[in-house]
Amino acid sequence: MESILNADEIADGIKALADSIRSKTTGQEIALVGIRSRGDEVAERILTLLAEDDDRDLAFGVLDISLYRDDFEHLHENPKLQESDIPFPVEGAHIILVDDVLFTGRTIRAALDSLSDYGRPGKVELAVLIDRGHREMPIQPDYVGITLDTDRLDHVLVSLEGADGKDEVRIVKKENS
Amino acid sequence: MPRKDLLDIASLDREEIEVLLDQAVPFKELFTRSVKKVPALKGKSVLMLFYEPSTRTHSSFEVAAKRLSADVTNFDVAQSSITKGESVRETVETLQSMRTDYIIVRHKSSGLPGTIARLTKASVVNAGDGAHAHPTQALLDAFTIKEKFPDPTGKKVLIVGDILHSRVARSTSTILKKLGLQVSYLGPGSLVPRLGPENIQRFTNYEEAMKWQPDVVYLLRVQMERQDVQFFPSIREYHKLYGVTDARLEEIRQRGLYIMHPGPVNRGVELCDAVLDYERSLINDQVENGIAVRMSVLYHLRPNA
Repeated sequence: MESILNADEIADGIKALADSIRSKTTGQEIALVGIRSRGDEVAERILTLLAEDDDRDLAFGVLDISLYRDDFEHLHENPKLQESDIPFPVEGAHIILVDDVLFTGRTIRAALDSLSDYGRPGKVELAVLIDRGHREMPIQPDYVGITLDTDRLDHVLVSLEGADGKDEVRIVKKENS
Repeated sequence: MPRKDLLDIASLDREEIEVLLDQAVPFKELFTRSVKKVPALKGKSVLMLFYEPSTRTHSSFEVAAKRLSADVTNFDVAQSSITKGESVRETVETLQSMRTDYIIVRHKSSGLPGTIARLTKASVVNAGDGAHAHPTQALLDAFTIKEKFPDPTGKKVLIVGDILHSRVARSTSTILKKLGLQVSYLGPGSLVPRLGPENIQRFTNYEEAMKWQPDVVYLLRVQMERQDVQFFPSIREYHKLYGVTDARLEEIRQRGLYIMHPGPVNRGVELCDAVLDYERSLINDQVENGIAVRMSVLYHLRPNA
């Protein structure tokens, strides 16, 4: 198992996301919504960076998409649910969904379904810390921190300070059998 | 390994109970959204098999299943071939052929949901069987208490009424014990078992029970339609001895105690009208929490493939 991104590289990735969100949405009201788990932490860190030199009100929310997954049948046990918290009106809002890794796109599909049950957003964009490719759905990010070249069967493991105690990205190579 | 059926509280360990309760919180959060429904059980079928009348439990399960996007079918027992002499086994085989995923059963015979569970691949939820068990009521009661006391260890719950014939008393006291609460019973000597589970303390006098200093007073429903009536002299007498009268409500208010009741309430019997406006009455919370808890139960059970 190799560690392919260290804490500095992850911090740079998050900073790149914050910079591009700032320059593209200057003066606009936006809401960051992080997808559990780890997308919420990435979103929080972007929020902190944005708040440093931005005096607009930035809304923040967290989404748990477990109940919207399309793979219940294939899971051994149902995923552990956590609360979603969308404390602002979704109706008409400009929402930037934030996740740690973009892979097949299925999580984002589920997040879009979940979001629409809170109301009809005016606009939804997607920001991801890592885009590792291999999409199975027509979903593309608007903001990317880091692009990784991976094999379809690799596992990309993201650890973050808040959830796991340190910032690190590792790849577990799948043995071809 | 996920559980297939929910038949009683006794066979759940504390960890399983905690998971079912904790995971009911995200379901309750959904009720504040404009769309209260999630697609988790889309395409699954839930069959309601109620051999005993029930409006509240029945509709609570139905709402829970629908909010999970399951398809709900009511097997209307009164109009079904059961009245034409079809046995439970034949009914279950019919349901099996319909490829039902979940069966919600209520029956006057203790143990019948367990029998059905063994005969079918579907997940079976006991919605009340005789005087045996009512596990989802117990879960919603525990959930409601935990909302008020996030760490409920050592809190005291006084259960009042016909303990002997009550599946609610049985399941609810079992779950509260498992979660580390203290439980005692109050009721007419004829309706309180001398030795309950784990030697639960029993009172026959209201004032004595108050000296025990409960945090929650849980009133059981007097089953007017069943045998209860013959166990005490009159309804008025019951209210006077064991009901929450206006004077007792004042004392309860001063002590800041919570009041619970599984519904439907017999006003003027278990409690006076004023309880319905009492700020620490949790009766409406119980109804709302019942839906969230039942969603959590359906979400966690796994029918056999």
